[in-house]
Amino acid sequence: MPGDSAKPVLRFEHVNVSFDDVPALRDLSFELGEGETRIILGAAGSGKTVLLKTTMGLVRPDSGVVYLFGQDITGMTEHELFDVRSKLGMLFQESALFDSLTIEENVAYPLLNQKSIQCPAEDVSRRVREALHFVELDQTLARFPSQLSGGMRRRAAIARAVVTEPPLLLYDSPTAGLDPITAHTIMALIVKERDLSNTSSLIVTHRYQDGNLVAKFRYNPENGQLVPSLNGHESPRNTRFLVLREGSLVFNGTQAELEASSDPYVMKFRRQAGG
Amino acid sequence: MRFLIRWVLTVQEFYLLAGRALRNIFRKPHYADDVFLQMDNIGVGSLPIVVLTGFFSGAVMSLQLARALAQWGQKGRVGTAVSITLVRELGPALTSLMVAGRNSSGMASELGSMKVTEQIDAMRALGTDPIQKLVTPRLIATCAVLPLLTIIADFVGMFGGYMVANLLLDVPPKQYWTTVWQALEWDDLTQGLLKPFVFAFVIALVGCYYGLNASGGTQGVGRATTQAMVVASVLIFVLTFFITRIFTSQLVSAS
Repeated sequence: MPGDSAKPVLRFEHVNVSFDDVPALRDLSFELGEGETRIILGAAGSGKTVLLKTTMGLVRPDSGVVYLFGQDITGMTEHELFDVRSKLGMLFQESALFDSLTIEENVAYPLLNQKSIQCPAEDVSRRVREALHFVELDQTLARFPSQLSGGMRRRAAIARAVVTEPPLLLYDSPTAGLDPITAHTIMALIVKERDLSNTSSLIVTHRYQDGNLVAKFRYNPENGQLVPSLNGHESPRNTRFLVLREGSLVFNGTQAELEASSDPYVMKFRRQAGG
Repeated sequence: MRFLIRWVLTVQEFYLLAGRALRNIFRKPHYADDVFLQMDNIGVGSLPIVVLTGFFSGAVMSLQLARALAQWGQKGRVGTAVSITLVRELGPALTSLMVAGRNSSGMASELGSMKVTEQIDAMRALGTDPIQKLVTPRLIATCAVLPLLTIIADFVGMFGGYMVANLLLDVPPKQYWTTVWQALEWDDLTQGLLKPFVFAFVIALVGCYYGLNASGGTQGVGRATTQAMVVASVLIFVLTFFITRIFTSQLVSAS
């Protein structure tokens, strides 16, 4: 497998999670190497968000082990987890920007509150501006999240996730509820972040075309556009697809394997691409 | 059986939250800004309703008790009755109920909205303990301002009683205020200030507990808000009985 050479950033080993005796993740195992991307597909309620929250240590598994950057995080206390989480950036489903803070304060929040990130006070403003420039939201510093459109909020949340330059990024349905053009802008930002900072990422989505974009395109820094990578087939970076069904992993493979799969549940996601 | 298990779990989680919130008072980081913001919100914000309820509860006590006292020709001692009922019971209970209605529900809806929009998770993801940042400042602020609000309500209530006694019952001002003053003992003040302090824990922790445990979108926030207000109000009534019982049993054994 092409992923074997990369050092694993994240490893799930037989992870089970349940809420009030209802299983959310069942015996889930997979690995994510440095610089790799996993596209996680699945129907609503299949455990995609729980998977990301388990990765962050926001949800504790009932059994199994999660290794993040080589450390077992399943037994850590909340205070120990703060250190590990500072190496992660997460885009939440509905952006989860703090309503009471301005966009500038929101983006500065991880720099100011994460103890292991020693960001000198004079650098905060510059880094916030850089992160907002990255998502093309330079003019919104003093605005509140409620004054922005859904797509702009999503972009501000991406800025908050990348401002600490974490080596691993988690995206929870980055395009949910957005129109196709805005959705494309958001996905282009995710590809841009991957290619410029060489980050590993987990991307949860229910839209196959999002995964297709990540797998087949790369960011061209010269004109700022996405261009088909190499000969339009496999991305030079290792992108694999995971498909979840009711908490179980039913598919783990490359895009070519996904497209060749005859499993009716897996085929359902692929079919969306045509429509 | 399921209901019982759920109830026991709720109580357990509530105590865990209370324990963490209290422990965080002595732990860094301290969010002093948030404490003052909440003091302003709970204290200054509740002042109008506390003054209004205080005034009218004093006035109505004056009216009601004067009628009872008049049967023994003791209408002039209406100040005694108003003063004791206000300081011991009505001041703390009514003030706390008002603040519970306003702030327990407010905390539950604010924290509940943050919970269902994943802002609480985002806070944890970005290196902040939500209990430290959200619950502890609300607890400190409520404990600080509720006794003060009660004192204000007591005074305004006595003044309301005076207005009725003087204007409607023809009790001379001097007689009213003398009876008010003489009726009070240290014991009444202790009881009258201990109660709001205890109720402050109930108001802040119940509000925050239901907020942090909200689930199921906006509907869940509405449910959390209602539950917080109902549970806080009922607990205030239950606790006021037990605190009064403790104080009166001391009096009984002393005499």
